[in-house]
Amino acid sequence: MRINAFGMYYRKLNETIRACSDHNIVIDHLCGQRYIACAEKDRLFTLRGTPGNGLAQYMDGATVEVFGNCQEAVGDTMNSGEIIIHGHCGDACAYGMRGGRILIEGNVGYRAGVHMKAHLDHQPVLIVGGTAGSFLGEYLAGGLIAVLGIGAKGAYPCRYFCGTGMHGGKIILRCDKKPEALPPQVLVSLASADDLSELAPHVEAYCHHFGHDVQTLMAQTYYVLTPNPEASYKRLYTFE
Amino acid sequence: MAFDFLYPQYEIIRNPSRCTACRLCEKQCANGVHHMDTHSGTMLADESKCVACHRCVALCPARALKIVKTDHTFKENANWTGKTITEIYRQAGSGGMLLSSMGNPEPYPIYWDKLLINASQVTNPSIDPLREPMETFTLLGAKPETMMRDSLGNLVDNMPPQLRLKLPVMFSAMSYGSISYNAHAALAAAATELGTFYNTGEGGLHPDFYPYGSHTIVQVASGRFGVHPDYLNAGAAIEIKMGQGAKPGIGGHLPGVKVGPEISRTRMIPEGTDAISPAPHHDIYSIEDLRQLVYSVKEATHYQKPVIVKIAAVHNVAAIASGIARSGADIIAIDGFRGGTGAAPTRIRDHVGIPIELALASVDQRLREEGIRNRVSLVVSGSIRSSSDLVKAIALGADAVYIGTAALLALGCHLCRSCQKGLCNWGIATQRPDLVKRLNPETGAKRLINLLTSWDHELKEMMGGMGINSIEALRGNRAMLRGIGLTQKELDILGVKHAGE
Repeated sequence: MRINAFGMYYRKLNETIRACSDHNIVIDHLCGQRYIACAEKDRLFTLRGTPGNGLAQYMDGATVEVFGNCQEAVGDTMNSGEIIIHGHCGDACAYGMRGGRILIEGNVGYRAGVHMKAHLDHQPVLIVGGTAGSFLGEYLAGGLIAVLGIGAKGAYPCRYFCGTGMHGGKIILRCDKKPEALPPQVLVSLASADDLSELAPHVEAYCHHFGHDVQTLMAQTYYVLTPNPEASYKRLYTFE
Repeated sequence: MAFDFLYPQYEIIRNPSRCTACRLCEKQCANGVHHMDTHSGTMLADESKCVACHRCVALCPARALKIVKTDHTFKENANWTGKTITEIYRQAGSGGMLLSSMGNPEPYPIYWDKLLINASQVTNPSIDPLREPMETFTLLGAKPETMMRDSLGNLVDNMPPQLRLKLPVMFSAMSYGSISYNAHAALAAAATELGTFYNTGEGGLHPDFYPYGSHTIVQVASGRFGVHPDYLNAGAAIEIKMGQGAKPGIGGHLPGVKVGPEISRTRMIPEGTDAISPAPHHDIYSIEDLRQLVYSVKEATHYQKPVIVKIAAVHNVAAIASGIARSGADIIAIDGFRGGTGAAPTRIRDHVGIPIELALASVDQRLREEGIRNRVSLVVSGSIRSSSDLVKAIALGADAVYIGTAALLALGCHLCRSCQKGLCNWGIATQRPDLVKRLNPETGAKRLINLLTSWDHELKEMMGGMGINSIEALRGNRAMLRGIGLTQKELDILGVKHAGE
């Protein structure tokens, strides 16, 4: 099904999508319509324009490819599936995400990957091609976040408070110098061979969609952020 | 170290002429208080481990045990009480925040106990609920602004989705993790039998309980544990938890030791890892953002289910509720500062938030003044202890109440307030299999059904006494209440007259 979303209110647009049984949904001229592909399972969405907040929220198995930029809360509480964004993405992307993969060609806004978590075969992955805003991976409980820093010329590709409250998962950052002034919950080290082999298939997918060279990208310097077990929450309390 | 020595708060009195040294107390106590002295063959106790949960007392076949508060004391001081002194010792020794569980035990005013209920005399005769029909059926959800008719004049059903309660009491959010599988099984079965609802809390829904979905409220909180489309669609309503009365403004923390295989599967996190619910939802910074989350769950459930937004009763609760009523929420749940918890920092539990009675009265009043009371139902909690609290809550403007502590008491909780240890001897606030199996879900469900059935009878008797035969006529009917021993300011906030007026 192909829908021209020009001037269409999101309720009507999403009702139209739900009423349609087609596997492939193509939507043109999106302009801020919310909750596209919300809770969708096993369908393929091709979106052109700018989808609104809550794109693919609670999504559980569908694939969404966006030719354009995205707004806030993309992949919020997403369970599985894939989102491919040919552009930049707004704030609060991948909040509470539990599975699947989000590939962002460009930059991501504030609070990306907050409280992502993993469980058995649910291993969420957020790959950001450019740079990330403040609060990346706060309260991270599981999964993988990678910021490739393309265009950042080797500089630290995030802003403030990266990984605050982190207690699981892994953040990989491409930068030439070891990131400094990170919160006490975070340990920093050079990416090991295991870290890089964990990252490699996602970089390959990134390059497949967005056309960079895998080998050039993988040959750069990467640092890994992991939770500091010394800073766990247990030590916070006393009781009778 | 000598600094850190704290004399036990309780003493175990064992009557040697009754004790048969059967060692049942030893087997029953997960805290390891009782043990046998193998030389003398007599039972001894380490009181420092006792939490006064009464498990050993209740099960002692010889009735040889009792627990008493120790008379050991510091030099008396009305300002520096023994409790304050020991808390300072504990913090000086550990550097930790004090942690507590269940509701605020401090002696703040309880406004329920300062409100009296009316009854009919002579005129407007009272009604006998045993003889005449008495309606306590309740619908929770937004009510339409206007009636709509089609071109032929027939009514068009424009009613938004509603929760249908046989009686205006639901079981409040208690996660699987904070309480046991058997406690959840009892709550689910009782809610189904009673025609009301229990609430998953932020712990996901165990696969075994999906069949109770039509009597389940599923919660979405800041950690989003166990939240996925099937979970959202499994329940009869979805509750977005913004706050909790016991710990307004802070999040939650289920320690890794409680995350065993079943909890892990239900919360969808690895075994043994901490489950941290951050203080805020990081995608909500405004009423507009809340509206976005409300409509996201409505989209995910195709507008078939009412959405509840739960908040703690805090200073500006009326203005906050007004915002929530405009966010698309169908029901607002307000949890007072006496609400319970599986664990909260003591200072927050005991000093943050306001009483539910005042919060309810001011929210109901504010929503009426703004002409938006019909947009939301109000559910209150923290703490509703009896059917008379329930009647007073409804007369102050609540549509229904949530009970948590009262429900746990029905399941055997003795309010020892040690949930955070995970060693509940009554099988409620624990995940240890040998302790969990002490709570029989069928017996538990039966006791919950008994409790609410008796409350429903009492509610009907009190309504009948007022000459009211429908709960709708009691709702917000503050003329049925009078204050006793309250200041004019308190009466003004509660919107009631003083007794005698």
